[in-house]
Amino acid sequence: MEKEGIKTNATISRELGLKLLHQMILIRRFEEKSAELYTKEKIRGFLHLYIGEEAVAVGAMHSLKEDDNILSTYREHGHALARGLDPGSIMAEMYGKQEGCSMGRGGSMHLFDASKRFYGGNAIVGGHLPMAVGMALASKKQGLNNITCCFFGEGAIAEGEFHESMNLAALWEVPVLFLCENNLYGMGTALRFSHSVQDLEKKGAAYGVESAKTNGMDLLEVKKAVEKATAYIKSTGKPYFLVCNTYRFRAHSMFDAQLYREKKEVDEWKKRDPILTFSDQLLQNELISGDDIDTIEDKVSKEVQKAVDFAEAGTFEPVEDLKKYVYSP
Amino acid sequence: MTDKTTLKITYREALKQGMHEALINNNKVFLMGEDVGRYGGAFAVSKGFLEEFGEDRIMDVPLSESGFVGAGIGSALAGMRPIVEVMTVNFSLLALDQIINNAATLLHMSGGQINVPVVIRMNSGIGNQLAAQHSHSWEPFYAHIPGLKIVSAGTHEDARGMLLTALESPDPVVIFEYTSLLNMESEIPSGSGAVDIDKAKVRREGKDLSIITYGPGVYKALAAAEILASSGIDVEIIDLRVLNPIDNETIINSVAKTLERLCGIEVPIPYPKHLEDASIPQKQDIVDSALKMIQND
Repeated sequence: MEKEGIKTNATISRELGLKLLHQMILIRRFEEKSAELYTKEKIRGFLHLYIGEEAVAVGAMHSLKEDDNILSTYREHGHALARGLDPGSIMAEMYGKQEGCSMGRGGSMHLFDASKRFYGGNAIVGGHLPMAVGMALASKKQGLNNITCCFFGEGAIAEGEFHESMNLAALWEVPVLFLCENNLYGMGTALRFSHSVQDLEKKGAAYGVESAKTNGMDLLEVKKAVEKATAYIKSTGKPYFLVCNTYRFRAHSMFDAQLYREKKEVDEWKKRDPILTFSDQLLQNELISGDDIDTIEDKVSKEVQKAVDFAEAGTFEPVEDLKKYVYSP
Repeated sequence: MTDKTTLKITYREALKQGMHEALINNNKVFLMGEDVGRYGGAFAVSKGFLEEFGEDRIMDVPLSESGFVGAGIGSALAGMRPIVEVMTVNFSLLALDQIINNAATLLHMSGGQINVPVVIRMNSGIGNQLAAQHSHSWEPFYAHIPGLKIVSAGTHEDARGMLLTALESPDPVVIFEYTSLLNMESEIPSGSGAVDIDKAKVRREGKDLSIITYGPGVYKALAAAEILASSGIDVEIIDLRVLNPIDNETIINSVAKTLERLCGIEVPIPYPKHLEDASIPQKQDIVDSALKMIQND
């Protein structure tokens, strides 16, 4: 049942399809609500939305295990939700409430949950790549079988840390997945203005790191690519570099007038919306029905409202605790 | 005066013994740094360690300060107890993002969830005519970064013992060591081991004047104090030891007696010996300043 523009070789179960679609829709609606709350000044600071890139976080996280380490960027709401952090604790974090996943200390850019091995929410571009190598090194030294997955944008590839980290990971043969979400823009500077070589996956060869690219707008493609990557890492103990080509539908942050790209370009990419693509794949394979999508939307709407209610009811950390955790108690 | 209870060793040997003991004590401890293995350490502090402990525990790293300091931090997050040697403070500037934005912030920013038990050692100071880029002393700068514990090994006993205590800390510790002291011999108690890294120490008690110092300033001030003693001036010497969080109590107790500030000149350190020497207080400067203060009283 080949249909134009739709891959029909979906090999997932109805249950998994529903679960992953649910996660993508949760991320989308959670972030739409976050944008709304930002305009109401409930959320302050920087707010970077992941809308358009959901297939990457959901497809990748599904292929990672509970004992794997995850490090992400300042555009990490999607990764945190897909990793299973409680939406209420994320919303409360963005409200700056002490019920937040980082006690309200970090805000949108610094979501942490040690119990889920979710190590940020790191907001210096490229700064978390060396740490990811170190975590993988620790796994190797302790004879653990887990891997460390480090998400970053293509902007980080221009940073020295990317090159140092790729070299160290290959030299030391440590189990780290460098997962680049190439959304084509580092803030407002397009890929072509920041990289001499724009086929980013080619950069792996300079370090002898196994590399690949995939369609980051298609959840099943991401899932397949990450499964292949993690299998390689687990069987060899060596690093892997995966580029997921994707697109950010929204502005870089809430302060961005998007002068650097045409609306037409954004509209073209929106035709490849990862949620529509995936739901169409499930519908056309008759794994789900339109009613299922309505049910998910309904559930998600309640989940998001619950998260907002939780954040609203949260409390601010007393000022007397300001110095707590500068050093360990 | 050498007897059974003391041991005469160089500062280098003191550092080496401390690190050796740390590696023996805990197999989660490993040393990573530029030239720490095959070269034996840029200052020969880890000479012979690679043969004794193997490549897993003694890791030569490429010239990637940000990369390997960050990797040390990451390994600390994931259960190891790394000793990260940055050859000198000068090169640590390339790793500042890792030290400030990761090591120093993660515990507070994560609401107390993420400890960073990393120890970073670096040589500091002047005295070998290495000119501006290789003669930095950034202890005061590091001491202003909340979240880091900054200690300075100004004596042989501290060179021997600070690392052992630092490796028990749940938080990042930066240890400053001093190239200019490496060959200096001194006697330490033969059973020397871990020392506290919380308090300043009165290295010499006196009543007329307090000299507050750290690092290579400690022995220099002690020598100056002997000269001043012959002029009848009784100097107290405080070795700060811990630059952050600073031990105000010891300082205040001492300067309740007397107070004056003596410091170096803030310039990029020049190459010629006479100018290099003039950049920081020397023994005679300490004596002269002390005499001037006393005479002005």
